[in-house]
Amino acid sequence: MNKEDSKIDINNVVIAITGLKKSFGTLDVLNGISVDIFKGENLAVLGRSGSGKSVLIKIIVGLLKPDSGVVKVLGQEVDKLDKKALQALRLKIGFSFQSSALYDSMTVRKNLEFPLTRNRRNLTKKEIDDAVEAVLDDVGLPQTIDQMPSELSGGQRKRIGIARTLILKPEIMLYDEPTSGLDPITCIEINNLIVEVQERYNTSSIIITHDLTCAKETSNRVAVMLDGKFFITGSFDEVFRSSNTDIKAFHAYNFINANEIIRE
Amino acid sequence: MDAFFGDIYSVAIFILQFFKEAFSGPFEFKEIVNQCYKVGSKSLALVSLTGLVTGIVFTTQSRPSLSVFGASSWLPSLVAIAVIRALAPLVTALIVAGKVGSNIGAELGSMKVTEQIDAMEVSGTNPFKFLVTTRIIATTFMMPVLILYTGFVGMMGSFLNVYQNESTSFPAFFKSAFSSIVFLDIYASLFKALCFGFTIGVAGCYQGYNAQNGTQGVGRAANLAVVISMYLIFIEEITIVQLINTIR
Repeated sequence: MNKEDSKIDINNVVIAITGLKKSFGTLDVLNGISVDIFKGENLAVLGRSGSGKSVLIKIIVGLLKPDSGVVKVLGQEVDKLDKKALQALRLKIGFSFQSSALYDSMTVRKNLEFPLTRNRRNLTKKEIDDAVEAVLDDVGLPQTIDQMPSELSGGQRKRIGIARTLILKPEIMLYDEPTSGLDPITCIEINNLIVEVQERYNTSSIIITHDLTCAKETSNRVAVMLDGKFFITGSFDEVFRSSNTDIKAFHAYNFINANEIIRE
Repeated sequence: MDAFFGDIYSVAIFILQFFKEAFSGPFEFKEIVNQCYKVGSKSLALVSLTGLVTGIVFTTQSRPSLSVFGASSWLPSLVAIAVIRALAPLVTALIVAGKVGSNIGAELGSMKVTEQIDAMEVSGTNPFKFLVTTRIIATTFMMPVLILYTGFVGMMGSFLNVYQNESTSFPAFFKSAFSSIVFLDIYASLFKALCFGFTIGVAGCYQGYNAQNGTQGVGRAANLAVVISMYLIFIEEITIVQLINTIR
């Protein structure tokens, strides 16, 4: 583990995945994934586009059903939960979508109020307003409160998407490609935000990415997905000392020049 | 053929889920009212114009034929029968299918392909109940209101035409018009309205909620929502008319 690991509780597994398999038609996307994520830990999952990284977190949150294997979140087997129990569990999981998935017919305020008003029906108007303002402050965008999603930049949309998940104070955060399509400076801001969320909200996270800087800056542990399996897991430095060509190419593309390595 | 029956099965499951969600709490009253307002406000201008023009044109076109037989005084009755029994329900349904059905297909389709529906689901909201159930209820229950309104506007158009040509007074026109209308005609129109509204809601929501393949899928959902609604509306119209004539 490479980031500050003092807050990680290795006796407390929040997500336990064992032998997870998922296919779409004849394409085996996940082919026996097993991993534990501990309380307070950030795990970055790296892999090529289409390697099934997003499928993994969609199974964790119950948007997709696995073909086989067991996924336990906070001690509950996701696949076995009824609708009501799954809905209750989802309130403890924040999911930041690759596309941000902001409701484009609502202002930022309404986007942030939506999960609160739907799930905490006893809150007063003032409590809701306070929560919205607080979470917007946390992501550094208080000025956008009355803007429509279409008026926001890509980075702002990502941050508002994260704010919308934080408003329910989740125990687990799942980030799907948080820095994809953003400029380098905005990427740094998003990376910093992910670390701040981990520290301030004491969350455990899975960060799906193919951006090595994001993985390095935000995670305590890195897992590399190849052929539907975790090929290697460990700290960022441990993983990228590997002599595997794919991993070297991955590293090279992000930090040096991929073509040289691929030619080798 | 397998794909056709597969689609029928999927639609049947979709409708069953609608009834399950519609009759189980928590109920989305606020969103239903919001959707009813949208259905009404989106259709009102076009429905008003079409109703008025239908009344005026139908009256104008029918007058010469009736005059040949010296039956011009039957004009209000003829228009009332045509407008209330057939034109108002059919014209309104086709307009709502075009305006509201396509909008529902495009809106839900867009939400589907941009993962907004998934976002709703993972944030603890039942998207089917919030998005689909409310829209189907809104189209189903707003359609009778719109059809009654179109009928009224159509009759007003007819009255304006009759008043200009025959100087018939307002009470005399409506007395003559409603002398040939029975409650069965009104009930039949309202029954048709409920069927048409339900059809438009289901077609729009089903196509939108199951949209795939990005923006192309959104366009396809909007298009299919209208086309399928219109086909089904014509089939329902013929079926219900036969049924009512049997009862009559």
